[in-house]
Amino acid sequence: MDSFRQGNIVKPYERLDREQIDHLHRASMEILTDPGIWCYNAKAAELFGTHGATVDKEEGGGSPCWRVRIPEKLIMEAISRAPSHIVLGARDRSNRLDINAAVPRVYFGTGSETNVWLETEMEEYVAAAGGESRLLPRFIEKRGSTQLLARAARLAEQLEHLDFFIRPVNIQDEDITEANHDVNKFFASLNNITKHVQAGLTSLDALDDVVKMAEIIAGGSEALRENPIVSFIACVFKSPLQLVNDTADKVFAIVDKGLPLVISSSPQGGSSAPIQESGMVAQINAEILTGIALTQLIKAKTPVMYGSVPVRARLDDLNDLYGCPEFNQYNVDCAQMARFYGLPCYSSTGVANAKVPGMQAAVEKLFSHLYMAASGAQYIHYAFGLLDRTNTFSPLQAVLDNEQIGMAKHCMRPAVINGETTAEAVDMERKVMQTTHRLFTRHTRKPMRAGLVSEPYRFESKDMQDRVLEKAHARLQELEARPARHLEDEIIDQIYDAVPGLLERLRT
Amino acid sequence: MKTNELLENIAINVVQGRVEAEDEGFDEGFEGRPAVTELVEEALEKGIEPEKILLEGLTASMAVVGEKFESGEYLIPDMLAAAEAVGAGMDILTPHLVKAGVESKGKFVIATVAGDLHDIGKNIVAIMLKGAGYEVIDLGVDVSVDTIIATVKEQQAPYLGLSALLTTTMRNMEEVVEKLKGEGIRDQVRICIGGAPTSKQFSEKIGADGYCSDAFAALDWAKAQAAA
Repeated sequence: MDSFRQGNIVKPYERLDREQIDHLHRASMEILTDPGIWCYNAKAAELFGTHGATVDKEEGGGSPCWRVRIPEKLIMEAISRAPSHIVLGARDRSNRLDINAAVPRVYFGTGSETNVWLETEMEEYVAAAGGESRLLPRFIEKRGSTQLLARAARLAEQLEHLDFFIRPVNIQDEDITEANHDVNKFFASLNNITKHVQAGLTSLDALDDVVKMAEIIAGGSEALRENPIVSFIACVFKSPLQLVNDTADKVFAIVDKGLPLVISSSPQGGSSAPIQESGMVAQINAEILTGIALTQLIKAKTPVMYGSVPVRARLDDLNDLYGCPEFNQYNVDCAQMARFYGLPCYSSTGVANAKVPGMQAAVEKLFSHLYMAASGAQYIHYAFGLLDRTNTFSPLQAVLDNEQIGMAKHCMRPAVINGETTAEAVDMERKVMQTTHRLFTRHTRKPMRAGLVSEPYRFESKDMQDRVLEKAHARLQELEARPARHLEDEIIDQIYDAVPGLLERLRT
Repeated sequence: MKTNELLENIAINVVQGRVEAEDEGFDEGFEGRPAVTELVEEALEKGIEPEKILLEGLTASMAVVGEKFESGEYLIPDMLAAAEAVGAGMDILTPHLVKAGVESKGKFVIATVAGDLHDIGKNIVAIMLKGAGYEVIDLGVDVSVDTIIATVKEQQAPYLGLSALLTTTMRNMEEVVEKLKGEGIRDQVRICIGGAPTSKQFSEKIGADGYCSDAFAALDWAKAQAAA
């Protein structure tokens, strides 16, 4: 049955005009021929070479490196083979994502791999004068773990505006090693959420086991390709313009498995890319297109997304600066470039520089959530719970973001204005103006029941206090108390039998 | 349709907030079926006593609506739709009730005072009062002190509701109270005030009889006056 998460089809906000897109395209193509890219992967360099790129060994330096100058023809022919329409599967088929470059249907999800999980406890404080009491948050930092990742997945299952899951916290348990990292992170996710699960691969050696796990859950090899419940992120470029050896190896292997992947790049404007919009977008576009071309040279029609994560440096310490206008500008430009090439776009939104939930985080996230919802990028990650740039995941913040994204999605709903609705409106005007009270309130019932009228902010207070965090915390507790949608016991047993390295404590 | 069945159907349609056949109800499946207007007319044609229609068909079911609102099942639009349905039924019944010598709960003059064009709150109060069985005489907006006084006198109305949204116009309420005193009829009418800038303290200061923060408070106030 063809059922998918609904997403939001938006009328895309277009920051760039066609002439500006052409300028950026030309600049990207020029960058790829001169200076070209620095390719640290022999197989990739050879593949580009056999398809018309100029490949020269770079002398000196540590790791073997080839300077690859890629002609426009190679790039354009290769990316034309990439499918514009892909399906990302899910344990619950109604949670699948229908991703089409030609349709600006927007989905929001989590990311990235933060190290810190921010727990919130509400504590009662009594005013010295007057004795009035209030609940205020106390924040506790915890190192990410498999149990916390499982908790994040269970919460993500319950957030209605969250469409897909990228692990938001790095697993740092003492018994997690490089060898068992991937299987445990995928299992902790898949056993706790029925939405699409996506992650990077820590170790290439784990790919077979991860795919085996996904095949058991999906119901076999063919069933997994038809309903790919997992997909992968490959950040194949280290900006500027350096194609990384081990990630390129992972790209070869993932493509070989026939599963979807994202080719992502995350240059920082002001350090690893120009801070100027034209330079940033031209460079990231060149990097992503090269990665996508590589996937299609390996195997045509590989399902792949244009993964743009352009960020900006803050100029006082050169850390990433989110929640700033340039982050939105870079990202919306990339969404337009992806649309220009007919490629589905993986984009970014909603990261806060703030270290804890509060007004700063709300301000920084709001502009980005709303702006990127309008971009028409199909698959927008980073949207839930990220604080302190991408270093902290807060489940409380994820609950707050869920409400904010819900409102952004509602804002972006298409206008329902046609002959029928305007005729209804005129009729209503006539009817109401015949009454003494001239109120339209009664006529709000139909759209209200149809879900067309938005609700007030869930965490509003009716008294003179701001109780947003207190109310969101209560909501978080309510969501976390709901039962998890685990895999069936029989499936779990099969996975534990077939996949080595899984931690016993993750069974439930 | 038998008498009881018809009255029950009117009551159901009040709860559903349906004025006429084309209206949707709170629940699915009502659109296109006769609503309060059509059913009240049918009841009159069948010779059912107007007072019976009023009490058993229209006003009794408003208690159910009130309970649904209290429980959170209904929102304001549902409540107002039900009150409007009762109001529409009342419009049809009133001449028959008058002929039969049945009195309403009382005349309630209501107005937004001079200089003020805001009337959403006042209109909601008017709908709810009408739905509760009062004879509402709505003078509209920007109503002069003289018009209000003349209407109260002419109609011998026991209740007067004054509304204002502006701090600059709310002082006209005091003028109404003073003029009623001057005319020697202050004791014959109970006055309530409402509107965003008004308050219980302001009501006491100008010598009104009550302050109503919303339409429900207005209903409670009117009920309390009748009981006093």
